[in-house]
Amino acid sequence: MSWSALLGLAIVLGLAPLLPGVAAKTRARLTGRRGAPLLQLYRDLARLWRKGVVYSRTTTFAFRVAPVVLVVTAVLAACLVPLDGRRALVGFSGDFVAFAALLALGRFALVLAAWDTGSSFEGMGASREVTVAAFAEPALFLTFVALVLASGSLSLGGALGAPLAAAWPSAAPALALVTASLFLVLLAEGSRVPVDDPATHLELTMIHEVMVLDHSGLDLALILYGGALKLSLFGALLVGAVAPRAEIPPAIAVGVLVAGLLVVAMAVGVVESVMARLRLSRVPQFLTAASALAALAVILLLVR
Amino acid sequence: MARLVELLLLLVILTNFIVLGTTRLSTCIRAVALQGFLLGVLPLALYPRGELHTWGLALGTVAVKAVILPRFLRWAIREAAVRREVEPRVGYALSLLLGVAAVAVAFAISGRLPLPEGARAMLVPAALATVILGLFVLITRSKALVQVVGYLMLENGVYLFGLTHVEEVPFLVEAGVLLDVFVGVFIMGIVVFHINREFDSLDSTRLSELVDR
Amino acid sequence: MILLGLVAVPALAAAGAYAHREAPWRTAWLITGALLHLGLVAFAWASRPGPALGGWLALDALGSIVLATVSVLFAVIASYTVGYLRWEQPRGGRAFVSCLLVFLAAASLVALSHHFVLLWIGLEATTLAVAPLIFHRHDRRSLEAVWKYLVISSVAIALALLGVFFLATAQAGAGRPLVLEDLVAQGTRLHPDWLKAAFIFLLVGFGTKMGLAPLHTWKPDAYGEAPGLVGGLMAGALTSCAFLAVARSTQVALAAGVGPFIRPLLLAFGLLSLGVAAAFLVGQTDLRRLLAYSSVEHMGLLALGLGLGAAGSYGAVLHMINNAFVKGLLFLAAGNLLLRGAAGTHRTPVSAGLLLVGLFAVTGSPPFGTFLSEFAILGAAFQGGHYWIAGTALALLALIFVALAVRILGVIHGPSPGAAEAARESPWLVAGPIALALAVLLLGVYLPSALVDALGAAAGALGGRAP
Repeated sequence: MSWSALLGLAIVLGLAPLLPGVAAKTRARLTGRRGAPLLQLYRDLARLWRKGVVYSRTTTFAFRVAPVVLVVTAVLAACLVPLDGRRALVGFSGDFVAFAALLALGRFALVLAAWDTGSSFEGMGASREVTVAAFAEPALFLTFVALVLASGSLSLGGALGAPLAAAWPSAAPALALVTASLFLVLLAEGSRVPVDDPATHLELTMIHEVMVLDHSGLDLALILYGGALKLSLFGALLVGAVAPRAEIPPAIAVGVLVAGLLVVAMAVGVVESVMARLRLSRVPQFLTAASALAALAVILLLVR
Repeated sequence: MARLVELLLLLVILTNFIVLGTTRLSTCIRAVALQGFLLGVLPLALYPRGELHTWGLALGTVAVKAVILPRFLRWAIREAAVRREVEPRVGYALSLLLGVAAVAVAFAISGRLPLPEGARAMLVPAALATVILGLFVLITRSKALVQVVGYLMLENGVYLFGLTHVEEVPFLVEAGVLLDVFVGVFIMGIVVFHINREFDSLDSTRLSELVDR
Repeated sequence: MILLGLVAVPALAAAGAYAHREAPWRTAWLITGALLHLGLVAFAWASRPGPALGGWLALDALGSIVLATVSVLFAVIASYTVGYLRWEQPRGGRAFVSCLLVFLAAASLVALSHHFVLLWIGLEATTLAVAPLIFHRHDRRSLEAVWKYLVISSVAIALALLGVFFLATAQAGAGRPLVLEDLVAQGTRLHPDWLKAAFIFLLVGFGTKMGLAPLHTWKPDAYGEAPGLVGGLMAGALTSCAFLAVARSTQVALAAGVGPFIRPLLLAFGLLSLGVAAAFLVGQTDLRRLLAYSSVEHMGLLALGLGLGAAGSYGAVLHMINNAFVKGLLFLAAGNLLLRGAAGTHRTPVSAGLLLVGLFAVTGSPPFGTFLSEFAILGAAFQGGHYWIAGTALALLALIFVALAVRILGVIHGPSPGAAEAARESPWLVAGPIALALAVLLLGVYLPSALVDALGAAAGALGGRAP
C-alpha cells in the first residue's frame, strides 16, 4: 500500500469528471463554438446532489442499487490499475480478468436497472449497450493478452509497470497496435463517437444515455460520475501502455498520468469533431477492427 | 534501419486490413495507393547504401503504384453511380477476422521456412500475408474495381517477396516487372470502364451470360 | 544480334502498324513483320547464333522448336488476317494488328529467354497482348469473356512470379541468379524445399496459362468469344509458350533431382485435364467452346508426356508442334464457317472440308502427325509400366473422339439454307488452313532430320530420349 498508489487513486477519482469536459470543450472549439466550461460536469454533479430522487412505481431494489454498484465497481477496478506506474493498490496474478469482470458487473447492474423500468426506450438502450460490450470485450482481452506477452507478467501492475518498461524498445510496433486498439475500445466503452454520440438528444440514436433515462438526482449523479471514471480508467490503461513510467519518481509519474489523461480526453474530442456516429450495424465491424489490431499485436509478440 | 523496415511492413499489413474492412471504393483505392508508396520506400530502407538503381526502383514504384494507377482507377469509376461496395460474399467483420487468421498463417508458414537473415525476416511473412489477403479480396468481393484492387495487393505481395532478392535481380528486370503490372492494371481498368458503361454497374455477378449448354 | 532482332522486328512492326490510319498499310506491316520474322527464324536455325545479353537470351533446341512453331503459325494467321480484315472491320483496327504483332514479339521473347524473370515478362506480355484481341467485338459477351480471362490469367501469372522468386531463394547464390544454364548446372546445390514450393507455384501459374484443368475455366469463354484467328493464335501459339515455361521449370526441377516429386504432379494435371475435357465435350453445342475443351485435352496430353519422361518428353514436344498447327487449322476453319453465319457444305465447302480434316487430325488419326506424337506419349506410358494411366488416357481419348465427331459432323452437315450463296470463299481465308492441314499431314509422314535432331536434344533436356 504505497503512498504514491493512494495519491494516484485519489487524483484519478477527483479528476475523472474533468475528462468529459475537456473532450466536449475540444470538440466545441474544433467545430467553431465556445462550448461548455471545463468544469461543467462538476457543477452538474453538485446540482444533482442537491436534488431529490424520483422513483417509478414499477421499479424494484435493482433500480435503486444499480448506480451504487456502478461506482463501487469502478472504484474497485481503479484499485487494480498501477496509476503511479509501478504498482497498483491491489495486485494479484490474473487481475486483469478481475478488472474486466468488475466493469462488466457495473454494466450488468445498469442493464438490470434499465429492464426494471419496464420501458421500451431503456430496454432498447440496454440491448444495444450489451451488444457493444459483447464486441468490445474480446478486443479488450486481446490487448491484455498482448500486454501480458510483452511484459511477461500476469498482473496489471506488471503488465503496465516496470516489466513493460523493460520490454518497450523491442516490442514497440506491437505496443503501438495495442494502443490503437485500446483507444478504439475506449471510444466504445466510454460511449463516445463513433459508437455513441453523447451530444445527441434523439433517444432512438442513443445507446448509453437512453439506458439511464429514468434515473434522477443522486442516482443520476452517481451514474454520470461512474461513466467518467470508466473513461479515465481506460485512459489510464492507455497511458500505461504508451508511457511506461517505472523509471521516474512516483510523484512525477502521477503527473505524467494526469497529463496523459488530458491528452487522451483531447484526442477523444478531436475524434468526436471529425467523425460522425457510425450506423449501428457498422459498430460490430468497428470493434472487430479493434480486435483485429489487438490480434495482430499478439501475433507480432508471439513470433518475437 | 531494421526498426524502420519493421514499421513499414507493419503499415503494409495494416493497409491490407483497410481494404478488407472498408465499404467505400475510394478508400480501397487510397489504401492501395498508400501500400504502393510504402513499397516504394522499402528498398531504400532495406538497402541504405543508396545506389542509383535502388533510387530509380523506388521512384518508379512510387510513381506507378502510388500515383498513376490509383488515379487511373479513379478515372475508371468516375462515372459509376455507386460509390460503395454491396455486401460482399464474406461479410466485413468476418473478413477482418479471416485477415488476422491469414496473417497468423503467414507468420506460421514463414517460421518453418529457412529464412534469410536480419531485417528481411519480417519481409517474408508480410509478403505472404499480402498475397493471401489479395487473393481473398479478389475472390470474395463482387465489385469489379475491388477485384482489381485485390489483384494489385497480390502483386504487391509478390513484389515484397522479390525485395529479398533486390541485389540479385537487377534494375532492368524489376522495371520490366513493374511495366507489366502497370500495363496489366491499365487494361483491367479499361475493361472496368467498359463494364461500367455496358452494365451501368460494377457488379461482376452480372457477368454470367457465358455458360456451358 | 539475331536474337534481339527476333524480338525487335515484330515490336517495331507493331509500332509501325499503330502509326498508320489506313487499313492497307497496317496489313502490309503485318505481313512484312510476319515474313521477316519467319526469315529470321529460318536463318537462326541454320546459323545457330550464340547467347546474347550475358546469357539471358539464348537459342537451344527446345526454344528453337517453339520459336519456329509460333513463327510459322503466326505467318499463316497473318495471311488469314488479310482476308479477315476485309470481311469484318473490327473496331479499333489499329489496335488489332498492333496487338497481333506485339504478341509475336512477346512470344519470341518467351522462346528465347533463358532468364526466368525475362520469361515471365514475355509470358505476361503475351497475356496482355491477347486481351484486346478477345474484346474486339466490344459487346457484352466478349466483355465478360475478357474480364474472366484477365482476372484468372493475371492472378495465375502473379503466382508464377512468386514461384520465380521462390526459385531465386532456392538458388541462393549458386551461379548467375535465375539463369537457366546455371540453375541446371548447379542443380544439386538448389535448396529442395524452396525448389518444390517454386515448382508448385510455377506449375499452377503457367499451367493456368496453358489451360490445364482445374485451372482452365477461362478457356471456353475466351476461345468462345474471340474471333477465329485469335482463338487459333491462343490455342496454338500462346499454349506453346506456356508449355515452354512449364518445360523450363521441369528442366530445372529434374536437374535438381526432385523428379519423383514433380512427375506425379504433372501426371495428375494431365489426366485431370483429359477427364475434364472428355466430360465437357460430350453434349457441347458451341463450336468454339468445343475447340477450347479440345485444347484442354491436348494440354493434358502435353503434361502427361512431360510427366512420363523417356519417350514421353519427345512425344510431348512433337505433339506441341502438331497441336499448334491443328488448332490453327480448326479455329480458322471454324471461323470461316461462323463468318458466313451458318454452317454447311453449301456455303463454305472448303472450310467444311477442312474442318473434317481437322477433326481427324485433332483426334490423333493416322496419317496425321498427331498420331505419331500421341503414340509416342502413350507408348512411353506403357513402357514405363504405367498401365492404368495409359488405359485411362486411351479410354478418355476414345470418348473425346466420339464427342468431337458427333458435334463436328453435325456442324458440317448443318441445315442447308434456302438460297445458297456464292460458294466461293476468299482465297486469303482458306489458303492458311489448307497450308496448316498439309503441314500436319507432312509431319505425320516425314520428319526433317534437322527437326529430329532438335526434338532429340529437347527431349534430352527434359529428362527423356528419342523413341
